[in-house]
Amino acid sequence: MELLIILFLATGIFFFVVGVVGLLRLPDVYCRLHATTKCDTLGAGLILFALVLYSGVSNASIKLLIMILFIWLTNPTASHVIAQAAYRNKSPVTEGTFELDRTKEEAACD
Amino acid sequence: MLEQVFIATSILLMAATFLCLFRAVLGPTDADRVVAINVIGTKAVVIISLISLVFYQEFFLDVAMVYALISFVATVGIAKYLQKGSLE
Repeated sequence: MELLIILFLATGIFFFVVGVVGLLRLPDVYCRLHATTKCDTLGAGLILFALVLYSGVSNASIKLLIMILFIWLTNPTASHVIAQAAYRNKSPVTEGTFELDRTKEEAACD
Repeated sequence: MLEQVFIATSILLMAATFLCLFRAVLGPTDADRVVAINVIGTKAVVIISLISLVFYQEFFLDVAMVYALISFVATVGIAKYLQKGSLE
């Protein structure tokens, strides 16, 4: 059981560190969102699940499960809102980016 | 033995949080700062949960839940403010 907990913790830390490296190294807002969202959701989920395994059947594990559910609901929503705001603000993108799904109205505006 | 592993985990996460703070200070656009603050909020929730189990203080978990709520609401509010330029 201890080995399982340590394995979950190590995987969670790995995903967090990957997210931070992506946040520091990638070139524009959308790439940074792409790096942090998935790594953050998965890292927090794994570490909190390790804590659930550690605390067994108790009040604490129920609270931790509620927190996991809440983070899995809110983190993608917040990232979606940030991406929408950046897109509407015409946040700068790196060179060589091209858009596949573009309506005719948006193309006519440029 | 697992308590020491939890303490090591929280120290590593604190180091990662300071690296995120670097992006929040430096970020070229406002959206970068909001992304970094969102990541810092998630990491703070995880760190508070780890500390709660290390020191056997169960009410810290309630603090972590409320922190997650406030972090989400703050992120959505700042993103709406970025998009519209005002909060109506």
